Amino acid sequence: MTLTISGLKVAVGDREILRGVDLDLQPGRVHGLAGESGSGKTMTGLAVLGLLPHGAKATGRITLGERDLLGMSAKELNKIRGGEVAMVFQDPATSMHPMLTIGRQLTEHMRHHLGLGRKEARARAIELLGQVRIPGAASAIDRYPHQFSGGMRQRIAIAIALACSPKVLIADEPTTALDVTVQAGVLRLLRGLCDDLGLAVLLVTHDLGVMSAVADEVSVMKEGLVVETGPRGRVLRDPEHPYTRALLDSLPGEKA
Amino acid sequence: MTDPTAVTERATLLSVDDLVVEHRTPGRPLVRAVAGASLSVAEGEVVGLVGESGCGKSTLARAVCGLNPVTSGSITFGGHPVTPLGLRRRNPALSGIQMVFQDPYSSLNPRRRVGAQIADGLRTGRDTTSSPADLLERVGLPRDFAGRHPHEFSGGQRQRIAIARALAARPSLLIGDEPISALDASAQAQVARLMRDLAVSSGAGLLFISHDLSVVRLIADRIAVMYLGKIVEVGRTEEVWNDPRHPYTRALLGAIPAPDGAGVLPAELPGDVPDPAAPPPGCRFHPRCPVAMDVCREREPDFGPVACWLHEPA
Ligand SMILES: Nc1ncnc2c1ncn2[C@@H]1O[C@H](COP(=O)(O)OP(=O)(O)OP(=O)(O)O)[C@@H](O)[C@H]1O
Ligand SMILES: Nc1ncnc2c1ncn2[C@@H]1O[C@H](COP(=O)(O)OP(=O)(O)OP(=O)(O)O)[C@@H](O)[C@H]1O
Ligand SMILES: [Mg+2]
Ligand SMILES: [Mg+2]
Repeated sequence: MTLTISGLKVAVGDREILRGVDLDLQPGRVHGLAGESGSGKTMTGLAVLGLLPHGAKATGRITLGERDLLGMSAKELNKIRGGEVAMVFQDPATSMHPMLTIGRQLTEHMRHHLGLGRKEARARAIELLGQVRIPGAASAIDRYPHQFSGGMRQRIAIAIALACSPKVLIADEPTTALDVTVQAGVLRLLRGLCDDLGLAVLLVTHDLGVMSAVADEVSVMKEGLVVETGPRGRVLRDPEHPYTRALLDSLPGEKA
Repeated sequence: MTDPTAVTERATLLSVDDLVVEHRTPGRPLVRAVAGASLSVAEGEVVGLVGESGCGKSTLARAVCGLNPVTSGSITFGGHPVTPLGLRRRNPALSGIQMVFQDPYSSLNPRRRVGAQIADGLRTGRDTTSSPADLLERVGLPRDFAGRHPHEFSGGQRQRIAIARALAARPSLLIGDEPISALDASAQAQVARLMRDLAVSSGAGLLFISHDLSVVRLIADRIAVMYLGKIVEVGRTEEVWNDPRHPYTRALLGAIPAPDGAGVLPAELPGDVPDPAAPPPGCRFHPRCPVAMDVCREREPDFGPVACWLHEPA
């Protein structure tokens, strides 16, 4: 399903945080979003799900297929959230309840949105945990979030987001706590879901190597605006905006 | 086992010897998260600690701070043994250690302004000349952020606030657990260098945990590679980078995605991520190792600097 953001503005009090963001997500494609820390990447994702912080005001258009998400009632949005559109939050704790086993959290979504029975939901949850490379998934499922490492919690948050087979996934820095080999596994999983099931992904990442590995389109944000958008190869090899160029030049690995 | 690659010309600040740390949960198998790890950090030295997600890096760091009970082995800091005390009390010998925790969301107090939290650090460091705004500026944030609360900040801004607070305390050992993972490339280079400069200029040690190997390469004097609770390779940064010897280190360096725009997915390690509650016998890496031999399935390579039967010291 297509998700289109156009002219999105968000203000908190008199502070303008987003100043007219345009982004387009297509089924089967990964749209990578990079940008300066504090430029508004997370706010853009939260706006799509109607989860902006208290006191924030959003204007512009966010359409999912034919439906306008910004104009939707809280009840309607609730139905879409976690079902058709899911989010991996930058702070994994936001995705999880600390007092419930991860199995409960995974299966409750599935039973609610997909109408699965207890046994089926549990089997699918174990499968998902294995897909995000959690060791010993069949026993890990009964553990609590604090019993996992930082990177494991991040992967469990991804499993929770994928639980209900969303059509659109907003993943906000989903691999920041992962070493490169486990990260490779997660990127392959996301790429596979796009290619095989037509998932549309907005992948927020500051890691241009990750961007280069999976993104089809790349956008770059600075100070509440998208300053550059284009196909992955063009943006990373021949950036037009000075900020994109500066980002590529500052990669420590490229210096001796 | 002592760390054979430790720099000898400088005094050892932190020494971790054959450390074992276990997580116990009633009714479940014991998780041996750190399974006999040895590591040292000298004064003025930056040591990068890298390894697979879940291999025990944070557990080791928390044990060094006295936050996790130790099953066996020893930790010495500034010549004194580190022993965990009750939750509310801190071992006074540890006041020279500051840790930037992996999760910047839960490590800042949500109810206090960030300026006040950085001021706490300044008091710990007995610094009467700097202001919280000065520290914010050093980590690349606007001075007027001091008056705001943590929830008003983005992920990368929070990480820099946590670093500012730790730097304010002028620690003699700074531990950063993925401290800059949410920053963009240009801010990462800036803050990583700042942390390194602190170590080099004040003689403090820096233990820098990161999955970002290019940042580790930029600032670390030595790299320690951890796999399933053990340090499997340690060496000077350029040596490990240019000539990795442990098969796990090789796989790790080989999976760094290049920002070349080519759309190539990096290679995964074959086999399953191991469970520290049920580690494989022999060498812990053998089920996933492309060059495993018979001895690897039977005996654990319990030596350094490269814990691999192909690199047994003469
Ligand atoms: N609750 C809030 N109230 C007011 N301002 C906020 C709030 N949350 C974030 N901001 C501000 O909004 C701006 C955009 O924040 P956002 O979290 O979207 O940045 P980001 O691009 O995701 O950055 P990062 O890469 O560091 O996560 C930042 O300048 C931040 O300080
Ligand atoms: N409180 C706990 N109770 C039980 N097991 C735990 C607990 N904390 C961590 N573990 C387990 O200990 C192992 C090591 O965790 P640790 O957080 O040290 O890993 P890490 O190397 O820091 O990983 P990451 O890179 O993902 O942050 C993991 O298998 C984790 O599930
Ligand atoms: Mg963010
Ligand atoms: Mg950790």
